[in-house]
Amino acid sequence: MAPSLELIGVSKAFGAVQALRGVSLALHAGEIHALAGENGAGKSTVVRIIGGEHQPDEGEVRLDGEPVRFGGPRDAQHRGVAVIHQEPTRFPDLNVAENVFMGRQPLRKGRRVDRRAMYRRTAELFETLGVPLDPALPTRGLSIADQQIIEIAKALATEARIIVMDEPTAALSNVEAERLFRVARTLAANGAALLFISHRLEEMYSLCQRVTVLRDGSPVTSERMTDIDHDTLVRSMVGRSVEQLFPKRETKAGAEVLTVRGLTQPGVFRDVSFAVRQGEIVGLAGLVGSGRSEVARAIFGIDDRESGTVTVAGRVLPKSNPRAAIAAGLAMVPEDRREQGLILELPIDRNTSLAQLGAVSRWGLVRSGRERSVAAEWARRLGLRFGGLGDPAGTLSGGNQQKVVLGKWLATKPEVLIVDEPTRGIDIGAKVEVHALLSDLAASGMAVLMISSELPEVLGMADRVLVMHEGRIAAELSRTEANEEAVMRAATGSAA
Amino acid sequence: MRDRLLRWETILLVLCVLVLAYGAISTDGFAEADNISFLLLDYSEVALLAFALLPIVLTGEIDLSVASVLGFCSALTGALWNGGMPFETIVPLVLVAGVVLGFINAVLIVRFGLPSLAVTIGTLGLYRGLAYVVLGDGAVTGFPSTYRPLATASIGFLPYVTILVIVIGIIAMVVVHYTPVGRALYAIGLGEQTARFSGIRVDRIKMSLYLVSGGLAALASLVFTLRYNSARADNGNGLELAVVAAVLLGGVSIFGGRGTVFGVATAVLLMAGLRNVLFLGDVSNEIQNVITGLLLIVSVLVPASVRLLARRRRERPAAEPTLDEEEPCPTPTVSSQRS
Repeated sequence: MAPSLELIGVSKAFGAVQALRGVSLALHAGEIHALAGENGAGKSTVVRIIGGEHQPDEGEVRLDGEPVRFGGPRDAQHRGVAVIHQEPTRFPDLNVAENVFMGRQPLRKGRRVDRRAMYRRTAELFETLGVPLDPALPTRGLSIADQQIIEIAKALATEARIIVMDEPTAALSNVEAERLFRVARTLAANGAALLFISHRLEEMYSLCQRVTVLRDGSPVTSERMTDIDHDTLVRSMVGRSVEQLFPKRETKAGAEVLTVRGLTQPGVFRDVSFAVRQGEIVGLAGLVGSGRSEVARAIFGIDDRESGTVTVAGRVLPKSNPRAAIAAGLAMVPEDRREQGLILELPIDRNTSLAQLGAVSRWGLVRSGRERSVAAEWARRLGLRFGGLGDPAGTLSGGNQQKVVLGKWLATKPEVLIVDEPTRGIDIGAKVEVHALLSDLAASGMAVLMISSELPEVLGMADRVLVMHEGRIAAELSRTEANEEAVMRAATGSAA
Repeated sequence: MRDRLLRWETILLVLCVLVLAYGAISTDGFAEADNISFLLLDYSEVALLAFALLPIVLTGEIDLSVASVLGFCSALTGALWNGGMPFETIVPLVLVAGVVLGFINAVLIVRFGLPSLAVTIGTLGLYRGLAYVVLGDGAVTGFPSTYRPLATASIGFLPYVTILVIVIGIIAMVVVHYTPVGRALYAIGLGEQTARFSGIRVDRIKMSLYLVSGGLAALASLVFTLRYNSARADNGNGLELAVVAAVLLGGVSIFGGRGTVFGVATAVLLMAGLRNVLFLGDVSNEIQNVITGLLLIVSVLVPASVRLLARRRRERPAAEPTLDEEEPCPTPTVSSQRS
């Protein structure tokens, strides 16, 4: 029997970036198929192609053996494809049944919505899924797990035969995930073909029959789950050589300048303790949602923490007080450049001075001359490409925007620099520059804590790697011990 | 950005000069010292309240309760004067009362995180109601003649009150445009998260803006009470509309982050001049309101559409090369939230 859905040699490029290269994948009725790979390996692009959002540049999509070309997400839906997103709700003010039948409400005479039929059929769907959920419940305030069930019920209501679950368990508790697995098995038993995406290897082993691994947009392997062991799977996901992207300089670590002890915020992170010394780059790795950024935000004082202490250069920082953190010599290049790092509408010079307005002032007045010269100095030192210092920061390219953020923080002359995803969304050239800068800063004695979802970046730049898993530090690896497999193993919570 | 704002303020200034010149040339009695004093006095409370509102709007918040704070403080002045308290004691008490009312706004908005629009619409009603509780329907008059001239007399055509307004305006200008706090106001309005990450004490700044607003409203209430020699619970009723109008007409963005003290001051002068010219020209009150209303709409419409046009022109060519920015295309080396 032909597979329910098949990708054959599919390639897809976005501009100069090749997202997928010759990916083939077959989803069979009654089977749950795992799609594995690092962040950026191309999994989301596969999902979007199956869901009809993107068209392949090369290769073809086949439905029951027949080549098809989806005219868009709605077309794909009509042909029986449903995609369940990680955080799905669409209409929080409507109730469960209204969401399930959104756009396809059963009608009675006079084109009025037949509410009774709608509630009855929703209840039937939940019965099939074995989940007790009240169709009349408002969706606002429902857990993400319940919202996903609604999406699945919606898929069933459209008689979807191909169901894609895009990292559904990332935000679920273990109990909720178990319930989701039961539902997935029921769907498969009823003849649907499922594609399941997850970072958690143990889930793939317990749920899926087959796995396809992507790396850098290319298919690495496609095996039956029973034929591939844990180590081989991890290696096939990450096994790429560390490129010369990382101009790492050897440095001698000096005194301890950032000390974190027993940092705890219930439900977010627990008992996080570590130290960073002068001249050292410490990488903080882990999956999305493992609590890395949250720890950094709590250290800096943006978020609250329940207990634990943070000491910068001998000074104990008060809770929730970024100003005190800055005064003590801490700087933080945040994760979201546009919303947290910069004010896009303000000129470059005013962005640069924002974290140290006191320092460019005299007698309580901002000296714009001083402000300008500080901005000009950092623009020069970081090789910023710009028109004038009075241009809004939003007119710069991503890499140059990041340089403005770095300049803004380096101008505060920090002892400790926290960088959260320092190279996200910037081009290769700028990336290398940022890496070289971090290396130079460490060599000049700065302590750097680097959070990154990109394993090669962490491994290439860090002297030590801390790996977080579910809010705790799961492993601390020296530069010699740290390799992609070891980090991934700790990050996914599998035993070493 | 700065050029465009300057342009709006230039337009305002030109309009203002035109209105004043028209008044001087074609309206009898306009250019006389008495009338100029009257014109300036007439909008002095609006000016004080607008200077209080401007920094709040810059941070993206609003305070609609300013005129009700004025009303309450006026009523309190009357009640205390009726009770026989010396005026020298009343003044500091009333100023403190204004600050307290501002503090209540601040706590609700900043500590409890409630939307400032809803909170200050609520306190607009609440404070006005309390004013009636304090003083009832009546009016208190007979304030000491030692102090009344402070609110009514002039040096030549320049009333003392206008000197006070100018001093407050200069202080506002310095604080908003030349101090770290002023920079912080714009930063909060344009990107509150970034401001927090930059160590700007967003909550503390917002709190203090409402305290200042309450204090200035109390000051305006003293001016109002002495000027009319009448303390009433309905003093300044509806004045918040004129204040908001002046701030918006001054080119301040209701969404925060844009606007200048100069613009607001010019807008107040323009509104005062226009009303005076219409008044002298025997234009009815209704028509005056229609004209001010239209002016307000135009003032919001013009800068907004200019900005929209400018942005369209800027963004169209820039859209292409920033492909690497876009979250939804996963690249082999760039990690995005979902794989």
